[in-house]
Amino acid sequence: MWPFHRKSHRPPQTVEATDTDTSAPVVEPQVVRRKVKTPKIRNSNFEVGGDLGVLSVEDFGANGLANARVIYHITEDIFAEGVYGESRLGLTSYERLSGGSRLLTDAQRRLRYYTLDLGYDLFPGETYVGKRHTYNSALYVIAGVGATRFGSASHFTVTVGGGYRMLLTDWMAAHVDVRDHVFDNSLLGTTRTSNNLEGTLGITVFF
Amino acid sequence: MRKLLKLAIAVLLFLPLLAHAAAPDDRRRFDQDSGKYVQVSVADPYLELHIGPGRRYPVFHVIARGETIQILYRRTDWFRVRDEHDRVGWARCIDMQETLLATGEKLPLERLDHRDLDSYPWEAGGQTGNFGGGNVNAVYLSYALNPNLSAEIAGEHTIGHNSDSEMFLFGLAHAPRPDWRVSPFVDLGTGVIRVYPKTTIVAPPQKREVLGYYGVGVKWYLTQRFLFRADYRAYRILTNRDQNEDRNEWKAGFAFFF
Repeated sequence: MWPFHRKSHRPPQTVEATDTDTSAPVVEPQVVRRKVKTPKIRNSNFEVGGDLGVLSVEDFGANGLANARVIYHITEDIFAEGVYGESRLGLTSYERLSGGSRLLTDAQRRLRYYTLDLGYDLFPGETYVGKRHTYNSALYVIAGVGATRFGSASHFTVTVGGGYRMLLTDWMAAHVDVRDHVFDNSLLGTTRTSNNLEGTLGITVFF
Repeated sequence: MRKLLKLAIAVLLFLPLLAHAAAPDDRRRFDQDSGKYVQVSVADPYLELHIGPGRRYPVFHVIARGETIQILYRRTDWFRVRDEHDRVGWARCIDMQETLLATGEKLPLERLDHRDLDSYPWEAGGQTGNFGGGNVNAVYLSYALNPNLSAEIAGEHTIGHNSDSEMFLFGLAHAPRPDWRVSPFVDLGTGVIRVYPKTTIVAPPQKREVLGYYGVGVKWYLTQRFLFRADYRAYRILTNRDQNEDRNEWKAGFAFFF
């Protein structure tokens, strides 16, 4: 009885609701990695400042001195320094005693110098002021070369000296310096090596 | 001049007062400034805080592992840091090599064992010596184009018996082995020289002339950023007269990278 189908012998097919190919994902996640920007760390190695003090030039008396300086800290102990200073020359004893004859004009009595020094912090430490305040401080020595100009001539100068620095705040320091400027002076006839001492008090600001 | 001096004295006396006027209130600064500064967490067992930027300054506090610190600024090889309790001190860069940023990466520091050209391509220094019989003071600024070659500008002031002179120079220096601690180099350059003769009777005109130089030198790296440098150079000054002038110079001094 082949044209008549009475019963199907195939079992009923079950259809799954999620009948998809699982190898390809349905949703592609769009991941955008946010670049985290680290802020730059500021460098603070430069100091800029000025001093006031007295410079004594052999034979020419002692006069006021004003300085400007720039310091760069290379390592924790060593620093490099550039100084520019201005002062005036007084009268020599010859000029006072001889009754009026001048060796230099007033314009020639203007003294200007520059030095390039290397400094070394010998003894860093703390300074205690009163009962409640402490400040970082250091005793340092410097040595350097430069030139001193007065009397229309430049003189090669070697500078040695030392000083004491006290950090009043993070960004400001006070310092007292004593330096010896050594140069050859031939203004009074013979050439001789003169030692010219300066003592200054100053403030510098860190950058 | 006197007025300027009085003004300068007044300013210098006034500045220390700013120290107290500007003293900040240090409570809760760590939270207020959290976006402004780089923040790292300590990964070593501890981190020592010194009272000043030097290994000889005493340690006043120790920060434990896991705590966060802010890096305020850097001076030489020291960082000024603030911890979570607003305590401020100095920590050595070498001790901070293992600290971690918020991303989990280490704090990027330059190589601390020898010169890192990416961080310190510039070099500046001062030297003294003898130029053609007179004392010379020189300053220079140099930029490293690559580990071997650097470009340099310099200013030199010579004080001689008969004349003074000022020179401005530009040149190139080549070091075949910059990795050696004592590293030789050769240099070549050009520049201008201005001579100021010293005479009291007749005032001859100041002259400005072009010159060229070649020389050899040596750099001795004393620390990572501080070096000693010595040079020997031959200069040829191109004059307007029939003969050019030759001068020899030797000088030595110190320099640093920044």
